[in-house]
Amino acid sequence: MKKVDVKVCMGTTCFVMGSSNLQKLIDVVPRKFKDNVEVSGMACLGMCSSSGEYSKAPYVKVNDVVVQEATIDKVVEEIERQLNEH
Amino acid sequence: MSTNSIHLKKEILVRIVKAFFSENFEKQARLIPYDMRPKGAEVPFRCCIYKERAILKDRVIAGLGFAIEDDDETVSLSEYAEKSLERKEPEKNPLTVLGAACKACVPKRIHVTDLCQGCVARPCVSTCKFGAIEIVNGHSVIDSTKCKACKMCINACPYNAIVKVAVPCEDNCPVNAIEKNEDGTAKIDFDKCISCGRCVSKCPFGAVHEKSQLIEVLKLLKAEKELTLMFAPAVVGQFPGTIGQLKSAMKKVGFTHVYEVAQGADVTIKNEAKELEERLEEGQDFMTTSCCAGYNQFTKKHLPEIEQYKSDTKTPMYYTAEIAKKEHPNAINIFVSPCVAKKQEAFENENVDYVLNTAELGALFIGLQIEIANCEDEEIENEPSKQGRNFPVSGGVAEAVKFRANCEVCPSVINGLNKDSIRLLKKYAQNGKCDDGNLVEVMCCDGGCIGGNATIADERTAKKLIKTILDNSKDIEKEETKENATKQ
Ligand code: SF4
Ligand code: SF4
Ligand code: FES
Repeated sequence: MKKVDVKVCMGTTCFVMGSSNLQKLIDVVPRKFKDNVEVSGMACLGMCSSSGEYSKAPYVKVNDVVVQEATIDKVVEEIERQLNEH
Repeated sequence: MSTNSIHLKKEILVRIVKAFFSENFEKQARLIPYDMRPKGAEVPFRCCIYKERAILKDRVIAGLGFAIEDDDETVSLSEYAEKSLERKEPEKNPLTVLGAACKACVPKRIHVTDLCQGCVARPCVSTCKFGAIEIVNGHSVIDSTKCKACKMCINACPYNAIVKVAVPCEDNCPVNAIEKNEDGTAKIDFDKCISCGRCVSKCPFGAVHEKSQLIEVLKLLKAEKELTLMFAPAVVGQFPGTIGQLKSAMKKVGFTHVYEVAQGADVTIKNEAKELEERLEEGQDFMTTSCCAGYNQFTKKHLPEIEQYKSDTKTPMYYTAEIAKKEHPNAINIFVSPCVAKKQEAFENENVDYVLNTAELGALFIGLQIEIANCEDEEIENEPSKQGRNFPVSGGVAEAVKFRANCEVCPSVINGLNKDSIRLLKKYAQNGKCDDGNLVEVMCCDGGCIGGNATIADERTAKKLIKTILDNSKDIEKEETKENATKQ
């Protein structure tokens, strides 16, 4: 089974724009996907700084795919999409 | 609020900060709705792009610190921006309702559903004392201009066809300060309103806005004035990083001096513990806390009977501002917290000049591209106690007083002002007695200040962040016991 690595940006911009409330992923994901998916927080991914890009924060990386204006639902959807690809 | 409207509100604040520091504030302010919904953009929420832009414009008006209700649609955002620069004082009533977003909510509270059978008996028509119900095409219809929402018809209908529709702001206002205008928009009665901010958080469309004082602060920052920023203990739960990093980040924004309001909370703890001892000794049955700005407005406007049982001790903001003023008499004092009621408290305190909320502080960090994690973890002087830092979590204030006081303290915690807890407080006031404890902690917001209307992080995240800080903080010293005091 493919492994999915989820990185939630905890930089200031993402945190303020909503990643502070994505911590629930840490509960939701293991319940739903068991060991296939790993979630962790990380420092600024560097996507927020170019002009206007802060408005698309918070960012979450699901393997190589960047989810913008991330919500729990959007992230879970992307995880499912990637798991089903294989 | 929905995640969408929270995101929108924050994005607008960042755009105002960016516009302010741009070459041409007025022009950039005018363009905000167009930048957010450019020509050909998707229209995610409303019927058309024009409506979306109109609503965004209204949100910017509030962000610039004006009442949306006063807008007559002919004044452009650049004129508002200009006016905001000239404004001498922030506007008083701290909230404003965005009519265009609000109208999307139910226009009337009593609604006839399709279950209506158009029955022959028509008990609804006959029970309505206001003649508001008519049968049209075999279906009962309520004239909303006559309806007084008495709910008699709901009980009268044998098919349960009539329902009361939830109006989130109105249903959640603890003091009935919200009414719907005839055009369906909500209106706040500021004689009753205690600025608890519940309507701000509960409206799904984010239609209730704070009138921001962001422009006032931006002007001071640009003029490089000597500024003191006092941050409430709840703020720590709203941003990543350590307290030292947070303080350096605030200084990077341009605040000259930064104070933890937990420092003032320590004074509150000491005074309140002493006061409780004295009052109990005098035979008083209970005392309530007095640090919540919403509760203080509540007692003043709606329950003066309880004021004699309320502690006379001042709030952490009060003491912090006093200390800061003494240490930096020429600086302008700015307070930041997740709470709109503090704006009202500040109007009455000559040592506090302006109030920001945490979302606005966040917008300053984003707009000025300050990454807290990259800021220096500065040394903390005058470190406040663990108990002082735990003030924003429901139960924290009572626990602190209990820890410090030299008498038996039995806390009873009111976690959020609502109709039920108000009933309880009324009972205590009437009887002069409280069976649930001798120290009643009252927090207007659910969860305490970390449940305030302008929070960034949810309660759980905030608690976790605060706990990390508490684990590394020292206890406040206990009051001397009487024996010790006489021994010395
Ligand atoms: S909750 Fe209140 S303010 Fe929000 S849309 Fe409904 S009526 Fe208007
Ligand atoms: S701020 Fe609180 S008291 Fe004022 S109208 Fe809103 S819910 Fe009611
Ligand atoms: S803070 Fe998330 S990309 Fe910069």
